[in-house]
Amino acid sequence: MLRLERVSKRFGELVAVNGISLNVLRGTIAAIIGPNGAGKSTLFNAITGIYPPSSGEIFFEEKRIDGWPTHRIAAAGIARTFQNIRLFSFMAAIDNVLAGEDAHLHARLWDSLLHTPRQRREEKEARERARELLRFVGLEGVSETYARNLPYGSQRRLEIARALASRPKLLLLDEPAAGMNPREKAELGDLVRAIRERGITVLLIEHDMGLVMRICEEITVLDYGECIAHGTPTEVRNDPRVIAAYLGTAVA
Amino acid sequence: MIYAYFLIAIAVVIGAQRLPDLRAKRVLFLLLGAALLCAPIFDRNDATFNVLADAGIFVLLALGLNIVVGFAGLLDLGYAAFFAIGAYTYAMMASPQFNLHLPFWLLLFLAAAFAALFGIILGAPTLRLRGDYLAIVTLGFGEIVPQIFQNLTKYTGGPNGIGALDFPSFFGRSFGQGTIPYYYVVLALIALAVFFAYNLRDSRLGRAWMAIREDELAARHMGINTTAVKLAAFALGASFSGLAGVVFAAKLSLVSPDLFQFQVSVLIVSMLVLGGMGNIPGVVVGALVLVLVNNVVLPQANTIAATAGLHVDFGNYHFFIYGAILVAIMLFKPEGLLPSRQRKEELHHAAT
Amino acid sequence: MHEFLAQLINGISLGGIYALIALGYTMVYGIIGLINFAHGDVYTLGSFFALTILTALGVSGELHGVALVVDVAIALIGAALLCGIAGVLIERLAYRRLRNAPRLAPLITAIGVSFILENVMQIWKGPSPVPFPAVVPNPSVMIAGVAVGAQQMLVVGLAVVMMVALQLFIHNTRLGRAMRATAQDRDAAQLMGININKTIMLTFLIGSALAGVAGFVSGVYYQSTWFFNGFGAGLKAFTAAVLGGIGNIGGAMLGGFLIGIIESFATWKFGGQWSNVTVFAILILVLVFRPSGLLGEAVFDRA
Ligand SMILES: Nc1ncnc2c1ncn2[C@@H]1O[C@H](COP(=O)(O)OP(=O)(O)OP(=O)(O)O)[C@@H](O)[C@H]1O
Ligand SMILES: [Mg+2]
Repeated sequence: MLRLERVSKRFGELVAVNGISLNVLRGTIAAIIGPNGAGKSTLFNAITGIYPPSSGEIFFEEKRIDGWPTHRIAAAGIARTFQNIRLFSFMAAIDNVLAGEDAHLHARLWDSLLHTPRQRREEKEARERARELLRFVGLEGVSETYARNLPYGSQRRLEIARALASRPKLLLLDEPAAGMNPREKAELGDLVRAIRERGITVLLIEHDMGLVMRICEEITVLDYGECIAHGTPTEVRNDPRVIAAYLGTAVA
Repeated sequence: MIYAYFLIAIAVVIGAQRLPDLRAKRVLFLLLGAALLCAPIFDRNDATFNVLADAGIFVLLALGLNIVVGFAGLLDLGYAAFFAIGAYTYAMMASPQFNLHLPFWLLLFLAAAFAALFGIILGAPTLRLRGDYLAIVTLGFGEIVPQIFQNLTKYTGGPNGIGALDFPSFFGRSFGQGTIPYYYVVLALIALAVFFAYNLRDSRLGRAWMAIREDELAARHMGINTTAVKLAAFALGASFSGLAGVVFAAKLSLVSPDLFQFQVSVLIVSMLVLGGMGNIPGVVVGALVLVLVNNVVLPQANTIAATAGLHVDFGNYHFFIYGAILVAIMLFKPEGLLPSRQRKEELHHAAT
Repeated sequence: MHEFLAQLINGISLGGIYALIALGYTMVYGIIGLINFAHGDVYTLGSFFALTILTALGVSGELHGVALVVDVAIALIGAALLCGIAGVLIERLAYRRLRNAPRLAPLITAIGVSFILENVMQIWKGPSPVPFPAVVPNPSVMIAGVAVGAQQMLVVGLAVVMMVALQLFIHNTRLGRAMRATAQDRDAAQLMGININKTIMLTFLIGSALAGVAGFVSGVYYQSTWFFNGFGAGLKAFTAAVLGGIGNIGGAMLGGFLIGIIESFATWKFGGQWSNVTVFAILILVLVFRPSGLLGEAVFDRA
């Protein structure tokens, strides 16, 4: 459903992503791994249109999306979370989720100004869905708390709920387990599987190999912006180039 | 006597903010509205309602700017430009200038639409700019607009502006020289503006504004069309200002470019800063306090000083007061006197 | 052609004043990311200080010989020094507390400071323009058939000398290097043992002193000053800083001269009432289409 063709991204001299081709199949949980600075987040940024790729093409459901503005890519069905959490800090948890639903709301300027019956109905339904999503990620009971005041693990989950609110077909998670303890990581693994059960394809970046091996079906390994391996967890684990790349770094 | 109006209004708004119950809040606002509506029955002092109508015009302006600055987080330093556009719309279409005498009520709509259009035109170039650059660009527009009104002498009367504007009329009865009709118009517009402002805040659009204010990039990732949302803020904010401009022009029966200088924009920003940006009761109180100081306290101080044999013109201290408010509030109470819960927490965390 | 050259020279002298003011904007922006809105008013303050000093010295007209050199030096250095102190005080009292506040907070504060300064100056010297003694004689030399006055040369000469001195200072002294390091990365500079507060203070001292020099020069050049001059001149100088590339010292200079020339030509071609519109339109165009300016950020790199 997501296809990258020889995507590169240069920052001046630095080639952060170099000719990556990638195909994410519908309904899978796929992972991108690689040492720090390998270009993983940059690849996400290219997919979501923060910076268009320097060269190469990106297709989503056979539509070419590189060059589209970010909000259009999001509305087309790609949602994401961020490596360094970017919630709307001083908005209630539920308002964060509601903001995520924005692209699917129909209220026009007029409705917002006058609070027309249609707007009230829509708002009520949206709120109901938002509550359901909060429940789904295990955040019932904190819906009125400011995002900023939630514990770290809850913030990560709220970010996922917010992303799900935009009804994505593809969800990009940038290091969702970073900073979590083993119990939280296990819960996160379950959550990601449950998301896939909802018919959402997941592509995640993760440093925790245990988690990746446990939940992912396809793994792509980046190093210095290049794809050095691709395959199932077992294949990747035994790939000599991957082992070499990881031996050089301290990442387990 | 005039103090009583201001103090009661301020007290009621502050009280309403304190009340936790939404219904009680509404009742309080309705009571205040009813009292203000009945006031002219008991008090027939034109001067009082003159000041109150002026205060109302600034409340309108503050409510409008609050949408741009408070809700969407876009610091607009040229807001007086839209005020000017509203005022000149009335002046050019309801005066001997072109011998057009369109009705006041129609022009209210037209001016709001014009101002909104200019809000979009002047807002569009700023969309990709960082906060401080956006502020300076809007300031630039704020300087250019009155200057253009001044330069296009043939159409706008140049530095002298346009005078002898039509008196509005209501079902065939002219407003005449009285101030009470304007007072009622302003009251009605404020009621409308407050209604709209609350609705906007608690709507899809209001949430989107909040989101771009908090994190524009993340907002884009949620599918929020930041361009459209920001332009909506500029347009709506400007339209309030356009309405205020029409009433202002009609009431004064005169417009000239020097009425819409940078100082006016900063005055309105000061109202927001003083009251608490983003909080509707806050900015209303901010506007009332500053108008009270400017139009009532300082002139009276002059009189008092004069009876004491001193010849000080406290009117010369306006800028000092705005400046001191901006500095003191930013340094010591950045959330303003009557902040929303959100702003308070935000600034509290920013400081730590 | 003659008129063209005359306007060009006019614009260059005007530009010298803008350039001197623009240096302060660019240095402060480079180091703390603040559009120091009050900077234009510090410039006006400079002309008032110079005027006060000259009055105190009993100067009311053209000076010659030793008196010219001595009195001008006293007024110039005095105005620079007093402005420098004013700048440091403003930073200390109004901006320092907000160094880590949201970006717009110090900008709003700076506008407040600007209003306070303007009001204070209005009360000090009155609401109308005040005459400034024509202390510097103005013999002119003919260059390509156009008369160039000594005052014009003074403006341009001072601006260029100041810029060269500033460049030398920034690149060749310990304090200058501290300024550059702070501009690049304040936290790293702090770790390297640079005293951030002192460095920022120094930036304000130098920037404001240069505005003081500009204030003196403008008084000599226009033979009048006004409490509200700083608003327009400040905005134009800021435009100059942005046009040149904010954070860039050479850029401020280049931008200053360009804005001076543009203003002078706009006045000539469209009339004085369009000169402000032209300059502000340029400000908007540059900020919107090329916010990094003509020379980008070469000295102080900070996004
Ligand atoms: N906006 C940018 N401008 C310049 N260089 C950038 C930019 N974004 C990323 N880079 C550089 O591109 C390279 C890849 O960065 P990226 O963030 O994609 O790595 P990553 O694989 O996500 O690493 P990590 O595991 O640490 O998150 C790094 O060298 C980084 O410094
Ligand atoms: Mg990363």
